[in-house]
Amino acid sequence: MPEEREDYFNIADINRDYEELYGFRTASAYMQGAERGVSPEIIREISRIKNEPRWMLDFRLNALDLFNAMPDPPWIDASIFKDINYDDLYFYARASDKQFNNWDDVPADIRDTFDRLGVPEAERKFLAGVSAQFESEVVYHHIQEELEKQGVIFLDFDSGLREHEELVRTYLGTLVPPGDNKFAALNSAAWSGGSFVYVPPGVKVTIPLQAYFRINAESIGQFERTIIIADKGSSVHYIEGCTAPVYSRIAFHTGVIELFAMEDAYLRYTTIQNWSNNVLNLVTQRAVANRNATVEWMDGNLGARTTMKYPAVYLAEPGARGRVLSIGYANKGQRQDAGAKMIHAAPRTTSAITAKSISQNGGRSSYRGLVQVKKGASHVKTDVECDALLLDDFSESDTYPTIDVREREDVHVMHEATVGKVSDEVIYYLKSRGIPEKDAVLMVINGFLKEFTDELPMEYAVELNRLIQLEMEGTIG
Amino acid sequence: MSEILLDVRGLCASVLSDEDESEKEILRGVDLTIHRGEVHVLMGINGSGKSTLAHVLMGHPKYRLTSGECHFKGKNITEMDSDEKARLGLFLAFQYPHTIHGLSVGTFLKAAVEAKRGEQIPFRTFRTELDEAMSHLGIKKEFLGRSLNEGFSGGEKKRTEILQMRLLQPELAILDETDSGLDVDALKLVFNSVREYAGPENAFLIVTHYDRVLDYINPTHVHIMADGRIVKSGGAELSKRIDSSGFEAVLAE
Repeated sequence: MPEEREDYFNIADINRDYEELYGFRTASAYMQGAERGVSPEIIREISRIKNEPRWMLDFRLNALDLFNAMPDPPWIDASIFKDINYDDLYFYARASDKQFNNWDDVPADIRDTFDRLGVPEAERKFLAGVSAQFESEVVYHHIQEELEKQGVIFLDFDSGLREHEELVRTYLGTLVPPGDNKFAALNSAAWSGGSFVYVPPGVKVTIPLQAYFRINAESIGQFERTIIIADKGSSVHYIEGCTAPVYSRIAFHTGVIELFAMEDAYLRYTTIQNWSNNVLNLVTQRAVANRNATVEWMDGNLGARTTMKYPAVYLAEPGARGRVLSIGYANKGQRQDAGAKMIHAAPRTTSAITAKSISQNGGRSSYRGLVQVKKGASHVKTDVECDALLLDDFSESDTYPTIDVREREDVHVMHEATVGKVSDEVIYYLKSRGIPEKDAVLMVINGFLKEFTDELPMEYAVELNRLIQLEMEGTIG
Repeated sequence: MSEILLDVRGLCASVLSDEDESEKEILRGVDLTIHRGEVHVLMGINGSGKSTLAHVLMGHPKYRLTSGECHFKGKNITEMDSDEKARLGLFLAFQYPHTIHGLSVGTFLKAAVEAKRGEQIPFRTFRTELDEAMSHLGIKKEFLGRSLNEGFSGGEKKRTEILQMRLLQPELAILDETDSGLDVDALKLVFNSVREYAGPENAFLIVTHYDRVLDYINPTHVHIMADGRIVKSGGAELSKRIDSSGFEAVLAE
């Protein structure tokens, strides 16, 4: 059915109005076999197909009850949620339903988009769903062998549950309980895909663990569920997603990510999400940092119609460190509501939040953050910096910072917020050196995002720059 | 006489006020002709329109041209975009260069040179060229990794401007008070570089308050600007007279 495929995958021009042009008009042909709506029957069916243990089914069913009973998040205007019709969503589709068998079957315009982005061959095949003939399988197996020698577990969540049931059961839902918020409840009920990572004590994983290497599984599915445990003194960097546009048939993505950094461990989670512009992207990301451990969230949000995402770190024991470095890019019709939470629950803990946003063509970016210093958490240092860049006069940026300090002894709280524009004078200065206007604007934007891109592995930084270039194309004279 | 490089006729320009959208006329009919191989010095009291002329020639967005024409290398550049003018061979060293956070000097210079020459330059080739230009101006290599003009001293900014001039190799370089805020050593370094670059194929328009730049470079023409016009023109001796008697006296002559 090549003609249907054409229809789904017309993602080449990410600047166009997605819904208007492509919508979901023909989605049904592609989704044959999947059932609509969320009900105990569907949940039982998911669990049965996956051959899950009884406790997991109970976990799901309990979460479904919570989901049905809970209201929408109250802190953002309700209009965001009004378009969601839960009965109309497809809650589970077998992975094989969306795979192409051959790279040549992938529509030319998608291949072209990946070319323009310079996405690595291996990654683009994965993104386009050609996982059956994934050429870097060899590379993947090599990486897996190396990891296994070190005792590192790096699996999709289903396999993690099958092979390490007790570990999963010990940690699942302990940082993000199903009742935490409506979307965490939905994820807990209907989760599918995601990663399970365990790094044994003292093991330093030298290469970043990249989700796209983990083949034959949905790494960035609609309801992904991820648990990463960095045991004592270990170190790991996990990268999820990539900058290429990820087309989703379903206009709704809600993930739950739980990170555990044990004593002296170092754990970094990098994600760059670029959902198609029809998607409502609601992710609950939470981490705990134990004694002298460090957790870092590097969070890039492009694409999606609305993003709501506030990565959190519980600084649970003395000496723990937390960091969130995020960027958001809100283009026409988009809203990026992103931020961070740092909970200082122990003395001598430090945290730093850097949130950068760009708004363009009427897009809206918000920073929503919480820094809490609990009673008894003395000798604490926390630093929040939010910088917004507006590319025109009709885009918006706002900040909702909450700082709640309950300890008096030696607590240093810094909060700084700036809103800036790309000034005509700066562009004129660059143009006076022969640099065309659109390149000049890009230089200013890339400079603004430099703290973030500097932290990315080279190939991701390059992709991100190219992507921003594509976002800008056609919007500047 | 050599070929005309810049020809300005009856140029009038207004500045747009940010507050009330009112316009204030700053240039009131400037005439100026510059040939290849010439060095013009433009003097005048504060507010006479010197810097405005420099920026109007380059195409600053806050000015509106109300009448007159500019031709550069025989092309009418009156309405031309700044980037196009720059690629054609016009250059302006800013008095107050802008800061761009996160844009490294090295990245910026390579982008500018590539835009000017219209081709990609291999990194090594560019680096060789750059190292040489930097050594002439006493600029250290560490500079390349810094954000453009961020935290630069006045002297560092000016040297970076002249470094850009050397790399972009313009045919007409306008220097807007490049000498101000420089100590004697920096002044010497910068203007030795300017003198080294000056030749029969290019030309300079040097905007300045003081005649001290004339210790380093011999002007072929000196102009005095007042109230938005060039009111007196002459040779190097004119600036000496200004230095000894002041603008008022010279203009009253």
